[in-house]
Amino acid sequence: MAKVEQKIVPLNGDNAVAYAVKQCDVDVVAAYPITPQTIIVEKFSEYVADGEVDTAFVCVESEHTAMTCSITASATGARTFTATASAGLALMHEMLGVASGCRTPVVMSVVNRALSAPINIHCDHSDAMCERDIGWIQIYAENSQEAYDSIIQAFKIAENLDVMLPTMVGLDGFVLSHTLENVSILPDDAVKKFVGERQVPQVMNHEGELVPFKLDPAKPLTIGPLDLHDYYFEHKRQQEESMIKALDVIKKVHDEYSKQSGRTYGNGLVEAYRLDDAEIVTVCMGSTAGTVKTVVDELREKGIKAGLLRIRAFRPLPVKDIISNLAGKKAVAVMDRACSFGGNGGPLFHEIRHAVYDVPNRPKLVNYVYGLGGRDMQPHMIETIYNELQKIAQTGQVEETVQFIGLRE
Amino acid sequence: MVKKLSEWKFTSKEFAQIPEKFASGHRACAGCGPAIVLRLVMKAARGPIIATNATGCMEVVSTIYPYTSWKIPWMHTAFETAAANASGIESALKILRKKGKIKDEHVDVVAFAGDGGTFDIGFQALSGAVERGHDFLYVLYDNEAYMNTGIQRSGGTPRGAWTTTSPAGKVIPGKAEHKKPIADIMVAHEMPYVATANIAYWKDLVIKARKGMEVNGPAFLHAFAPCPRGWRSENEKTVEIARLATETCVFPLWEAEYGEYKLSAPSKAIALKPERKKPVEAYLKTQRRFRHLFKPENKHVLEEIQSEVDRRWKKLLKACEIA
Repeated sequence: MAKVEQKIVPLNGDNAVAYAVKQCDVDVVAAYPITPQTIIVEKFSEYVADGEVDTAFVCVESEHTAMTCSITASATGARTFTATASAGLALMHEMLGVASGCRTPVVMSVVNRALSAPINIHCDHSDAMCERDIGWIQIYAENSQEAYDSIIQAFKIAENLDVMLPTMVGLDGFVLSHTLENVSILPDDAVKKFVGERQVPQVMNHEGELVPFKLDPAKPLTIGPLDLHDYYFEHKRQQEESMIKALDVIKKVHDEYSKQSGRTYGNGLVEAYRLDDAEIVTVCMGSTAGTVKTVVDELREKGIKAGLLRIRAFRPLPVKDIISNLAGKKAVAVMDRACSFGGNGGPLFHEIRHAVYDVPNRPKLVNYVYGLGGRDMQPHMIETIYNELQKIAQTGQVEETVQFIGLRE
Repeated sequence: MVKKLSEWKFTSKEFAQIPEKFASGHRACAGCGPAIVLRLVMKAARGPIIATNATGCMEVVSTIYPYTSWKIPWMHTAFETAAANASGIESALKILRKKGKIKDEHVDVVAFAGDGGTFDIGFQALSGAVERGHDFLYVLYDNEAYMNTGIQRSGGTPRGAWTTTSPAGKVIPGKAEHKKPIADIMVAHEMPYVATANIAYWKDLVIKARKGMEVNGPAFLHAFAPCPRGWRSENEKTVEIARLATETCVFPLWEAEYGEYKLSAPSKAIALKPERKKPVEAYLKTQRRFRHLFKPENKHVLEEIQSEVDRRWKKLLKACEIA
């Protein structure tokens, strides 16, 4: 597929998401407003009201119902999208597990926002990190362009018959959701062709017949039954298997998409920035990576061998890519925009440290929790982290494994 | 094409010959009232149909993987989600049909939930779905407590009833509160169709179920369904006890189209001949969950129950413009 002609439109992150959804021929959108996701719901309502989309928009009474409707609509064969943030995602929690367990390929944008209490509307990743183990694919965007691209890719990943798992695309609240950016938009027909028609796999029903995996009066199927100790474990194992398969699918979909868009985000799973000869490395997710890249460039000009590994797919965790990029580095700082209270470091730190544990030449690791509740992560703070990494690289000693940066203490 | 309700005349024999969509062999207890509701409602289907269930006894007994009692497409997601499930299914069917992605035919959507899943945890989703006007039938099978978890009180449990969370103690004799008037609350939604039904009057129940499917928009069917395990009643007396609930006006039968109340035949007969109205004791004494109320010190509770039943009955008659 050759690169297609694109037009540049000034969009904030939320509008970029709504635009992508508009282009993906989505059948059902069930959503509830919550800051900073609201613009997505508002914009999509406009598309519906103006007849620009052929979509059933279900303006539900809660996020719990938004997710439930998405699950059952998806099980009826519809391509389904929803969006939420923070408390809304927390309210969905029960149903997120049902979505992944029922293998409904719902796509959702999560506009990452701090969790209550205290109530705070600004960005951090505590909402999505709470859903780490709920069986959803998690992709994090660095900017609004990537949010747009990732939503389109998400449908193709989630609906892949080897995957059949719900997928969330995270974008940082306000930093991306409410900030205008020039976004390159693919033509409608190119997107429609790329995502294609939704397919459903064939499954065996209780009478041993192969039937389409959906609620179809012509081919009755019981979905979401009571599943006890004699089968539940096998079904959960299948979910894990599909997550592993998703690693390859995410890469392939990313590559296929980039042929048209001309844009790449590393290999789709992780993005290595000036890493080849780097000695000191930070690891992060989301919009902070943009700021880190600027700092890395400045440090490189000073001859400091700094690099960045941005995790794009947090679930499934691309362990091999993390190892290949971090093995042999002298010192690595993992930056967490969420706390795992009492857990000795943030969630991303746990994941990265676990990934490199078995590598003989693993780097020294340090964790920085930053930016909770929308606290700004400024370039000088990132510089401080690289300075600390230099010390660790020289001494081989980590004095304090878990640190907090950019706060009063 | 299937016949409309106005044209749907059937004898008991013909009704018995309608193929079962809710198959036997499920694991409900002997004398289970809710299983009768499911079977009857499924037999009232007028064409293609998709059912969804809240978590509860009926979901558990009918779908232990890899078995199922459902000969139609069926889905369960969670406890509080029966109406939300139906919202998603109905929305998807509508748009997929419009887009030509599925067969161009009407499919009825029926949601089943117990009293816990309706009066309590699922009420928000139900109210929301009705407000949005989804075209579906919601069937509440009311056995008046959380029976699946082992008999705990719900908003549907009547005054005085023993449950494991409203025990008949030395100080408090069973549930202190009266039953939430759920069907009236649904009428207050100004929805197209609300009806109460009772497994003891099966024909009335199936006709109301069919009506609920035919109505364009949301319909709510409150079906009374005794639970011998939870009510501490005899398995073989389920239908008899259910009938007494209507004969005592504990559970009157009526329907309301767009808020216009109308008594159904069994209750209308009592309204026309008030001497037919039996005292509540006739109903209460059939169930050991009310046993403690017959102790002399709890006489006031019995009186209170009778007085509340009378008050609600009078109110209903007024709404039906009978009194």
